[in-house]
Amino acid sequence: MLSSVVSVAFHGVAYGMILYVISVGLSVTMGLMGFINLAHGVFAMAGGFILSTAMARLGVPFPLALVAAFAIVAILSIVLERLLYSRLYAAGELAQVLFSIGLIFISMALARLVYGNLAAPVFLPDYLRGQVQVLGRDFPTYRAFLIIFSALIIVSLWFGVERTRWGAMVRAAVDNRGMAQSVGINTRQLFMATFALGSGLAGLGGALGADILPVQWSYPFEHLVYFLIVVAVGGLGSLRGPFVAALLIGVADTACKYWIPEFGAFLIYAATIGILLWRPMGLFGVRA
Amino acid sequence: MAASALETDKLCKSFGALTVADRIDFRLEPGARHALIGPNGAGKTTFVNMLTGAIAPSSGRILLGGEDITKVNQAARVRRGLGRTFQVTTLFRSLPVLDNVALGIAERDGVARRMWKAASKHSEITDEAMQLLATLALTSDARTPVKDLPYGRQRLVEIAIALGLKPKVLLLDEPAAGVPSQDSGRILEVLAGLPGDIAILIIEHDMDLVFRFAQRITVLVQGQVLVEGRPDEIAADRRVRDVYLGEATHA
Amino acid sequence: MSGYTSDPRIRWQESLPWIIGIAAFFLLPEYLSLGARVLIYILFALSLDLILGYAGIITLGHSAFFGLGAYTAGVLSAKYGLTDPFLQLLAAAAAAALLGITTGAVILRTKALTLLMLTLAITSIVLEIANKATWLTGGADGLSGVKVDPILGLFKFDLFGKTAFIYCLIALFIGWLVVRRMIYSPFGAMLTGLRENTARMHAIGAPVYWRLVLVYTISATMAGVAGALLTQVNQFVGLNVLGLEPSGDLLVMLILGGVGRLYGAFVGPVVYLIAQDYLAKQYPEYWYFGIGVLLIVVVLFARGGILGIIDKWLQALSRQTSSAKASAR
Repeated sequence: MLSSVVSVAFHGVAYGMILYVISVGLSVTMGLMGFINLAHGVFAMAGGFILSTAMARLGVPFPLALVAAFAIVAILSIVLERLLYSRLYAAGELAQVLFSIGLIFISMALARLVYGNLAAPVFLPDYLRGQVQVLGRDFPTYRAFLIIFSALIIVSLWFGVERTRWGAMVRAAVDNRGMAQSVGINTRQLFMATFALGSGLAGLGGALGADILPVQWSYPFEHLVYFLIVVAVGGLGSLRGPFVAALLIGVADTACKYWIPEFGAFLIYAATIGILLWRPMGLFGVRA
Repeated sequence: MAASALETDKLCKSFGALTVADRIDFRLEPGARHALIGPNGAGKTTFVNMLTGAIAPSSGRILLGGEDITKVNQAARVRRGLGRTFQVTTLFRSLPVLDNVALGIAERDGVARRMWKAASKHSEITDEAMQLLATLALTSDARTPVKDLPYGRQRLVEIAIALGLKPKVLLLDEPAAGVPSQDSGRILEVLAGLPGDIAILIIEHDMDLVFRFAQRITVLVQGQVLVEGRPDEIAADRRVRDVYLGEATHA
Repeated sequence: MSGYTSDPRIRWQESLPWIIGIAAFFLLPEYLSLGARVLIYILFALSLDLILGYAGIITLGHSAFFGLGAYTAGVLSAKYGLTDPFLQLLAAAAAAALLGITTGAVILRTKALTLLMLTLAITSIVLEIANKATWLTGGADGLSGVKVDPILGLFKFDLFGKTAFIYCLIALFIGWLVVRRMIYSPFGAMLTGLRENTARMHAIGAPVYWRLVLVYTISATMAGVAGALLTQVNQFVGLNVLGLEPSGDLLVMLILGGVGRLYGAFVGPVVYLIAQDYLAKQYPEYWYFGIGVLLIVVVLFARGGILGIIDKWLQALSRQTSSAKASAR
């Protein structure tokens, strides 16, 4: 009994961390610019495909492939932002929702065209395969690596936002965009940089998490609801809120699928509704 | 003593450590022509927002016609006879002037929920709306979308909507704000011609308008009532002049 | 179009959809099952336009009502032997209305992303229930063998879809009548006001929240009826009536046709479903690519959809003719 609790907790935390790494960019950019970007999952999917292609077809080693996933997706997101997203900042919620749905359709069709119907194969490097012993128990090495590596990413991100000038500007602009502009912060550039970082992180998360969230053409639609739950329940614009929400979802989802599979994700959706009604701004909502 | 039209009892509002309204006792008599003035930051807008229900007071009571409305929401207060105009025009911009006014009348009359007969066939609504527009010389603009009107006429539409609700108390938040001086005369005419049984409170910076319109003036400074009285009393009061030293007296 | 200055009389152009519908019945007998599907989606789109185009509520969860209606009709027939078509419709309408009023009352206190998220969560829950409650809904396999009695005891659902088409056409006609009346009524004017300036609606004493719940419930009921029609026509109900996809597809259809224009709900599904029937079979991978590009193009350049473009042409045309007339004098 205890053994399965530990197992569920372990896998749940790994899942939650990946959800957070993918979704944190969405939370910050939505808090920053108020842009409803449902297509965020596209960046995660792209990262997963880049990792798989780089390793399988180009023989790129794992660490380099991860960097590639981050960098290429970040650059791709800047291109999209300049060409398309920037035209819709003042266009209203409906336009933004429709635009992001359009983007999802296009990317899903492209993914299917290029990669077919199957999930992108994951080739883990030898040193990350197998099991690792912790406190007398065996855990899959890769999942343990996921937890540790994600924790490192998250800590660096939080440190960056708390301590750097960029981070201070982001926090100011999320809090009060008009005020931030009037003290001279170039919100346009700030948004572009933050969008790139958030999307790059999504790509990295998608690549890292290919083990848990298989990377296939239907990815953006399939996982959209969970990404949005993490952000909405955590609180738009917040950094810690989605972390808590992601861990909760990761553990709850794993627990439900393991112990009460007849209910599936029902409890998660019900809990989401409950939490959002109690706190419409999310658990740690920042935007008023 | 007869019931006041609108009254507050020790109304307070604080945002954290900042007190924006400090035990305001205010009384508006039926049929009053009352003005609320004060320097910028005096808390006039917060006071009006509390009266209309847009924000909740920290403590104190608000009474409309003798009834406690402190916990009543904004729309319900309107239905009980408390009307207002907004400092920043808040209209249905792409709709014609007639619709702007008719929507309010339909709410008042309980017609807004009807789903069968066409709106334009509800002559009781459209006729009343046209009559109201006529009293404000807006008849020729009845079918024009509000956003195509000059700003001064938009301010008149604000007033028209409020009048259409047949309020017992009308709060006018800077009715002449932003209106070019040749048009503000029209607004003053309209204000002078308002029905005698409505109690009117205007918040204004335009002292010309205030002294020509008001029969009583309340001066609000830093969230507290400094003094209240007839226009000649207020004009002669040294404290008021001190407070306004350096403030422009013309809009 | 709605409002106190609008003319509610039916213009001759408004009879076109029905003329085309009846003509299709006689001239295109091989396409009647596609036709019935189009009619059902037009009804579904009308229900969405009521809350999206008129009241301004943005939702991705409208499939919950459609799917609930579809499954209600299916379950009642396949599991409980209730085969009268009108009773099936009534039950579907009641179920959808109940879901509409309970979820609406709860979520319409929120706005923007929170509201959108809640609509998604609700439709996800309904999908999850349909997926897992295999004993009731057939799970991933769906429910087949849905029996429907002949309409009025006379018209059996035939293999060529003739009965289905006329049945749906009449249902759509009734739905259209109801929606059209509503739009031109004071209620419709009020909905436009809600969309235009909600703050102003509060300030004229409108109980905004309750009005939103009311229109949301009406819309849900219509969507439920549309879903039941689909089950009756296909004599089958499966998971594809629930979840994000049908909601997303419907949104695309409505935008394509033109939101808030009543007839956008007609044009959109016709163009989308006919194009899909032809193109998606030939080039399935390219279909969603094309729709995605079209969506982005519409959002960037043609916000009013097809009807919006037609409006612009007509305006440009009338300006040309009037300036031609002026210069001819």
